[in-house]
Amino acid sequence: MHPQRQKRLLAVIAIVLVLGAALALVMYALKQNINLFFSPSQIAMGEAPSKTNIRAGGLVVEGSVQRDPNSLAVSFQVTDFQHSVTIEYQGILPDLFREGQGVVALGQLNEQGTFDASQVLAKHDEKYMPPEVSEALKPVEKPAPVATPTYY
Amino acid sequence: MLPEIGQFSLILALFFALSLAIMPLVGYWKGHQLLLETARPLTFIMSALVLMSFVILAVSFLTNDFSVLYVSQNSSIKLPIWYKFSAVWGGHEGSLLFWVLILVGWCSAVALKIRSLPMDIGPIVLAVLGSICVGFLSFLLFTSSPFVRLLPDTPPDGGDLNPLLQDFGLIVHPPILYMGYVGFAVAFAFAVTALITGNLNAAWARWARPWTACSWAFLTLGITLGSWWAYYELGWGGWWFWDPVENASLLPWLSGTALLHSLAVTEKRGVFKSWTVLLAIFTFSLSLLGAFLVRSGVLTSVHSFAADPTRGVFILGLLVVFVGGSLFLYAIRASQVRSSVTFGATGREAWLLLNNILLTVLTLTVLLGTLYPLIFDALRLGKISVGAPYFNSVFTPIALLLIVFMAVGPLSKWHKTSLNSLLKACVIAAILAMLIAGGLVYRFEFGWLAWVCLSVASWVLLLSLADWFSKVTAGSKGMIPRARQLPRNYYGMLLAHIGVAVTLIGIILVSINSHDSMLRLSPGDKVSMAGYEFRFDRMEQIQGSNYVSNKGQFTAYQSGRAVAVLYPEKRFFTTRQQVMTEAALDAGFTRDLYISLGEQLDESAWGVRIYVKSFVRWIWLGGLMMMAGGLLAALDKRYRQRTGG
Repeated sequence: MHPQRQKRLLAVIAIVLVLGAALALVMYALKQNINLFFSPSQIAMGEAPSKTNIRAGGLVVEGSVQRDPNSLAVSFQVTDFQHSVTIEYQGILPDLFREGQGVVALGQLNEQGTFDASQVLAKHDEKYMPPEVSEALKPVEKPAPVATPTYY
Repeated sequence: MLPEIGQFSLILALFFALSLAIMPLVGYWKGHQLLLETARPLTFIMSALVLMSFVILAVSFLTNDFSVLYVSQNSSIKLPIWYKFSAVWGGHEGSLLFWVLILVGWCSAVALKIRSLPMDIGPIVLAVLGSICVGFLSFLLFTSSPFVRLLPDTPPDGGDLNPLLQDFGLIVHPPILYMGYVGFAVAFAFAVTALITGNLNAAWARWARPWTACSWAFLTLGITLGSWWAYYELGWGGWWFWDPVENASLLPWLSGTALLHSLAVTEKRGVFKSWTVLLAIFTFSLSLLGAFLVRSGVLTSVHSFAADPTRGVFILGLLVVFVGGSLFLYAIRASQVRSSVTFGATGREAWLLLNNILLTVLTLTVLLGTLYPLIFDALRLGKISVGAPYFNSVFTPIALLLIVFMAVGPLSKWHKTSLNSLLKACVIAAILAMLIAGGLVYRFEFGWLAWVCLSVASWVLLLSLADWFSKVTAGSKGMIPRARQLPRNYYGMLLAHIGVAVTLIGIILVSINSHDSMLRLSPGDKVSMAGYEFRFDRMEQIQGSNYVSNKGQFTAYQSGRAVAVLYPEKRFFTTRQQVMTEAALDAGFTRDLYISLGEQLDESAWGVRIYVKSFVRWIWLGGLMMMAGGLLAALDKRYRQRTGG
């Protein structure tokens, strides 16, 4: 083969190999690490799988936060105004976690239908609402808190 | 009155930007010298106008002019004065004005240096930059003016700056990051100019290189600062979260790194020409994509500004115009740009080609992970998020491979290298590196992944130093004169490559050798962790200028001796009714002690998070070295002496 062609062929083979390996890696990793979002209503209707990492979110129900007196365990309910789901968490909640505030939790549903969270997220701008949460609240025709400025 | 002048000067700036985008191009088309020469003065006037409106916004902040909506939303009477100034870029509108200010700053810098370029190149570069200014100025004016007034009912006090942003990190992080982001506009303008004029040669690459190296250095520093800021400010003790907005800054960095290397090949050997142009276009497009992700609120991120769909649509429009326009130009002109030189399979060109392939693959995998939720949502498959494990498991092997080859490239010579000498050096270095890493892993009982990473890091360090040593000892002159003769470019590369190894060491040690625990503690309690004993001494209430704070005091003991006193705080910002955690740190070269407070659980007990992080500073030390390397390369003498036409 012409030496220049040979080099070009080598380069193309290298590119194809690297891209192929990367693509396989990407597909595998994506399959393992996609976390679907479910609203409390979807969870109540049994649409969410158990024992798989998913995300759940909604507004924290007023007065639902209960703390264990001897550890960092905490449980609270999140709602989309139709159904609510109980979330249990071990650890320190984020600064913006408050009753009435939108949160998203990452974790798994257990057999009792409560949600074991490994991570709880509340966002860092109080005007900001996670898009999934405001979406989950939409069908209820309640003005999402995102539209009302909390200060002037 | 003043804010109206600010608004008016922005409108004027838009007109000057429009003329800058059009007149030199017409001049080039018609061969009209005078029109070409308007480019520089137009650039300077436009820049002065933007600067004026920025100064006016800053004055509005410093004088507490709450009749300006943006000021009333992001400042308050009690806000300390330095945060009043940094609040100018604390919200969407002001940060966009700041973005435009930096863009015109780069334009002016190009205009100042333009004399060394041939007469018909410089003005076109400025015209392309002018068209980018048109895009961003109209975005600013039509969707996000910072000068909107609240008249006649002016509030007596403002809503205060987001407490998270009341920090030294916010004063420095965005400006530096923007310098990098926006700086790639210059490389983009050079690329588009090359396509317009059909003039793509080694000289072109030589002009574009220092600008690219300079913006790359700023972006590196910006990302480093952002990582450091997130580490101490967010209170989670992490230094990288694979958050969409972090990814948005990493994407142009990865493709900018590829650009930096392919520009070197284009300059020295005249190959990869059209690929280099394409990379320059992609790098700037990724900067724009970053702006879109941050400001449109399409992705869930800690950085998101309050969402506004019209802004998202506008930036998407800008993205389509610039990417589409430049790719169209590329499609019709790139065929004229042909490389005629060939290269060997073991020459430096081949290694840099490999570098470019791997960096591009890295960019694409991060891009896919970042945009996957959007694709999923658009196809109505549901709302998803892509977890950090995806990025870790994909990024790590490819990046390690890249770093392994990174050490080999500099040893090879242009065109053709004898494989034997290369192999000999590599085998010796590999054996040494594996032994060093093996010793460390054995001594500290780390796992196999640590062994792999530490081997790679020592391999880079060994080969870099060996290469320097062989260059210095070659020839008959003494070592010191030889060392001084080596170009800055070379030292820049060496420093940046060693920086990568240092960062890698930091990353691996902080991931495998850190200790953390979340505890329920009351004053008087003691905890032991990683050879330290922490005592919760007391808790007190203090009054800050715009907050009240619960301040804890912890003492860390090592073998009975007090080594550090830490004061973590929980601040309550009165105006915004918002709670903020201020973590306390005892920073060290080999370890950080890190304490942050959770909530108060009962009268005395607090949730407390304690970390002992080993070698975490090395991550940012390596980042600083990479930045310094980039700057050193940008300051190479060759770029200053040559004057083109």
